[in-house]
Amino acid sequence: MKTTMLKKAALMGLSACIGLTGAISAQAQQAKEQYLPSLVYRTGPFAPSGIGFADGFADYVTLINQRDGGINGVKIRLEECETGYANDRGVECYERLKDRHGGATVVAPLSTGITYALIPRTRADGITMSTMGYGRADAAYGPVLDNVFMVPTTYWSSTTVVMDYIAEQEGGWENLKGKDIVHAYHDSAYGKEPLGVLRHYAEKYGFTLHEMPISPPGVEQRTVWTQVRRIKPDWISLFGWGVMNPTAIRTASSMGIDVSHMIGGIYAAQDDAVKPAGEDAKGYKAVTFHGPGADYPIYEELKEHVYDKDMAAGSGDAKGTIAYNRGLINAGYIVEAWRQAQEMSEKGRPSTREETLKAWQSLDIPEARTKELGMGGLMPPVHITCLDHEGPGMALIQQWNGEAWEQVTEFRKPNKDLVFPMYKASAEAYAKQEGITPKSCD
Amino acid sequence: MIYRESGQFKKTYQADQAILPLRQDRIFLILVLLVAFLVVPFTASNYVMNSLLLPFLIYSLAAIGLNILVGYCGQISLGTGGFMAVGAFAAWNLAIRTELPMPVIFVLAGLITSGAGVLFGLPALRIKGFYLAVTTLAAQFFLVWLLQRPWFNNYSASGVISAPDFHMFGWSIETVTDRYYLSLIILVVMALLAKNLVRSATGRKWMAIRDMDVAAEIIGIRPMPTKLKAFAVSSFFIGIAGVLWAFLYLGQLEADAFNIYTSFDVLFMVIIGGLGSILGCFLGAAFVVLVPIFLNIIPSALGLPLSTAMISYIEVFIFGSLIIFFLIVEPHGMARLWSIAKQKLRLWPFPY
Amino acid sequence: MMFFLEVLIGGLLAGVMYALVALGFVLIFKASGIFNFAQAAMVLFAAMFMGGMHNDWGLSYWLAIPLTLVIMVGVAWVIERVVLRPMVNQEPIILFMSTIGIFFALIGFAEIFWGSRSRTLDVGIPSDPIFLGDMLLQSYDLITAAIVATLVVGLVLFSQKTRMGRVLRAVADDHQAAQSVGIKLSTVWVVVWSIAGLVAVVAGIVWGGALGVQPVMVDVAFKALPVLLLGGLTSIPGAIVAGLIIGAGEALAEVYLGPIIGGGIDSWFAYIIAMAFMVWRPEGLFGEKIIERI
Repeated sequence: MKTTMLKKAALMGLSACIGLTGAISAQAQQAKEQYLPSLVYRTGPFAPSGIGFADGFADYVTLINQRDGGINGVKIRLEECETGYANDRGVECYERLKDRHGGATVVAPLSTGITYALIPRTRADGITMSTMGYGRADAAYGPVLDNVFMVPTTYWSSTTVVMDYIAEQEGGWENLKGKDIVHAYHDSAYGKEPLGVLRHYAEKYGFTLHEMPISPPGVEQRTVWTQVRRIKPDWISLFGWGVMNPTAIRTASSMGIDVSHMIGGIYAAQDDAVKPAGEDAKGYKAVTFHGPGADYPIYEELKEHVYDKDMAAGSGDAKGTIAYNRGLINAGYIVEAWRQAQEMSEKGRPSTREETLKAWQSLDIPEARTKELGMGGLMPPVHITCLDHEGPGMALIQQWNGEAWEQVTEFRKPNKDLVFPMYKASAEAYAKQEGITPKSCD
Repeated sequence: MIYRESGQFKKTYQADQAILPLRQDRIFLILVLLVAFLVVPFTASNYVMNSLLLPFLIYSLAAIGLNILVGYCGQISLGTGGFMAVGAFAAWNLAIRTELPMPVIFVLAGLITSGAGVLFGLPALRIKGFYLAVTTLAAQFFLVWLLQRPWFNNYSASGVISAPDFHMFGWSIETVTDRYYLSLIILVVMALLAKNLVRSATGRKWMAIRDMDVAAEIIGIRPMPTKLKAFAVSSFFIGIAGVLWAFLYLGQLEADAFNIYTSFDVLFMVIIGGLGSILGCFLGAAFVVLVPIFLNIIPSALGLPLSTAMISYIEVFIFGSLIIFFLIVEPHGMARLWSIAKQKLRLWPFPY
Repeated sequence: MMFFLEVLIGGLLAGVMYALVALGFVLIFKASGIFNFAQAAMVLFAAMFMGGMHNDWGLSYWLAIPLTLVIMVGVAWVIERVVLRPMVNQEPIILFMSTIGIFFALIGFAEIFWGSRSRTLDVGIPSDPIFLGDMLLQSYDLITAAIVATLVVGLVLFSQKTRMGRVLRAVADDHQAAQSVGIKLSTVWVVVWSIAGLVAVVAGIVWGGALGVQPVMVDVAFKALPVLLLGGLTSIPGAIVAGLIIGAGEALAEVYLGPIIGGGIDSWFAYIIAMAFMVWRPEGLFGEKIIERI
């Protein structure tokens, strides 16, 4: 009896909700709003990375709306959808949100798996994709996937920056001869991404590359690091994800391996890689594609217009973390693209999908502009061409001092002469398989 | 009143052995099929077809596969995700490496999954109950690991690969409607197959093994071929479901994504739907696919000022609680609730 | 040789940590025949409450740990009331599925409270390298091993020397016989789940210290399951011995077999060892012999 009552109540609740959904989405059709769906993962196994990003992304949008009243008066309407880093939920979110409130024009899927599932869908819908670091590295070659943008860098480019730094520390590329470099990686395709680049360097400069797979999720890594210790490597490149990173750093450090010679990849560069490792992570380095910390003018603006008005997303404790900064700059690129789209068509009107895509295809944010945005040194300058969907691909090395990330180098240019032909070859193979005709860039 | 069997006489053995002996059931099924084939594709929105119906159809197929093993043959398996991955990757590799026509590839992928199923079913001859359940996790972890080896994704840099576009019998599968129809046709055919299989001698042997394998052995059922057949058939269904998942729903393949939680989800469908019931598979799949999404949509639809994260936490909490709730209310699953409802309809609206 | 020993000892110590999680499974299975998948969630749940109370509320661990223990007893009581009692006499697989329901409910509940960001949980176990000649050991591992040993000794003493322990053993032997001599099953279950909660707290401290407190901690369960299988679902010494075997086997395989097969094999290697062993002995190392009657 009790259960049938409960069931009835549940049913009625459900039908009421469905009715309401219709009502709400109908009344919200307002002009002068640019809709921005945000696929986030605030839960699930990788939540510690996802929360900061989502907060930064949302806070930047709030700042633009609060301080400037939107882009030339066009307010941005942000809607989050939780994917939990699962592909099917990501697809569901995309399908649910894409046609709401005047339609999505750009989407950032935040996961390589979701990116792959969305590539055919966004191409059919004409929606732009911004994949920051993750996703298809070969999308950096523009002619094949003309709606996908790898701004501001890829795994491959950032790995060349790491090698450049190592060579500089060793006093020149010629000194790499006979050295031992370990690449400890998430035993999946993600971890193997930089292997092509690393092998190329190993052959060219004569160092020994030791490839050391770590099985996901990587909660137990004694064996791996016992082996690494025996190699006595000069440098270690770490490409873990989620809990694998802190465990690697902690285990390595407790075995007496010098973590200041460990350099994490762009997804081993976040705060959740070092904080759980505690004291052991002091000195650990990583490559990233934006400035670390909160010492930028934009944070004052955020404080004035967002934090102090109690409009911060999430619990507000992610400020200044790597993930948060990534959220800021990703939103920054998206907003700037819209601004340029409006300049190309008509100011003060929400951009359509075509206009947004067109703006992305010639997105140009010089260093001076990043300073105007209050993100000088935080946001790397970007210049997109028809051929190159990555831009300069700059990255920098940072170091964890036990409390915060410190910038070790300035933004550096990657070895594009090496990676760009790799993008091209890979993208063309993909185009052939999918029957895509690369567009002409002349 | 509505659901009466009086007056429906069976004059032949054939009529007596029909899948649906009652006229009302037949009419109901025909109506459902008519709606599914003729009404839904023209009325449902893209979102509903793409994100609710497609996964529902595909998961139903996987659930039927698992139900054959767990519900009919009594062998608990937690390797469903791994087997789905095998099906998907087998089909992808066949598609890019050979020139075979797509229907052949589908069947071959199913057969390859059957092979994997039989291989990991071998220990079931010795190991039983929860020991077996945990052992099948070996299949889950090993297969996913194996499929991450570069050969299987043709040395793709990111390990995630795109499923190719394809056509069957001159029908090129492009739009959502195409994909919906193809999944629906495959599902209907295979569900019919499964329904008949479990009514056959093989199915009855499975049930004998499930109820007590020692006793079944004594009355002359050989456990080895019977159990292995269940593993093979079950894996075939699950393999096809994996192919559909990758080719028709997501359009991408990633070994990692067929993880242990996929296995749990399918097991939920089978148990919440009803062990040993084909109808239950559909109900269970609907529950597991739709409830989390509804739980996620409801708060924002109601305009509750909850953060995305809080909604998800609550979603997880309520989903877990609902599972417990359902198991307490009706441990035999939603299929049982359905038959209780039918019983009630015999008399309704009269008290007796 | 030195290297071999180092790998071996590292593996054994890792095995102790797996055994710690497996222990919680064994306790509940032994007493109630329930395969409690939620044990993994209980570890995360306990770790989140300890980490949350310490970091967010500023409580010292001396306060946070006992408080968490009290909460775990509460959880045990709620589970008995809400889940176990209405489901008496259900088939094992239904009970198993309901523990997966508990798994999600516990995680969801803990996240509603604390969110899903990562926290540190450092109760002050030092993690310095200790050199024995050229061989390297970690103090963290040694202290962990000592904690686990103490816990096991405590559990054994409890079950052998106390009245409640005798009651538990009686229930484990035969539910109905125990009931017929006046043992109240509901109390026993609360006690057993509370003890499993205590084990979860210890596992939470140890694993939380090693990994940080974050949602992915539940994956530790997948390391513990083959241990459980190999040791037998009903044996506490079995869990420890199997933990050592699996830990050592996994470490040696990773070093000597991994490079040949290509890749990190420890996601599945333990399962294959356990499976091979089970084909030979279907009840595990120390499990109760399965006798089938018609």
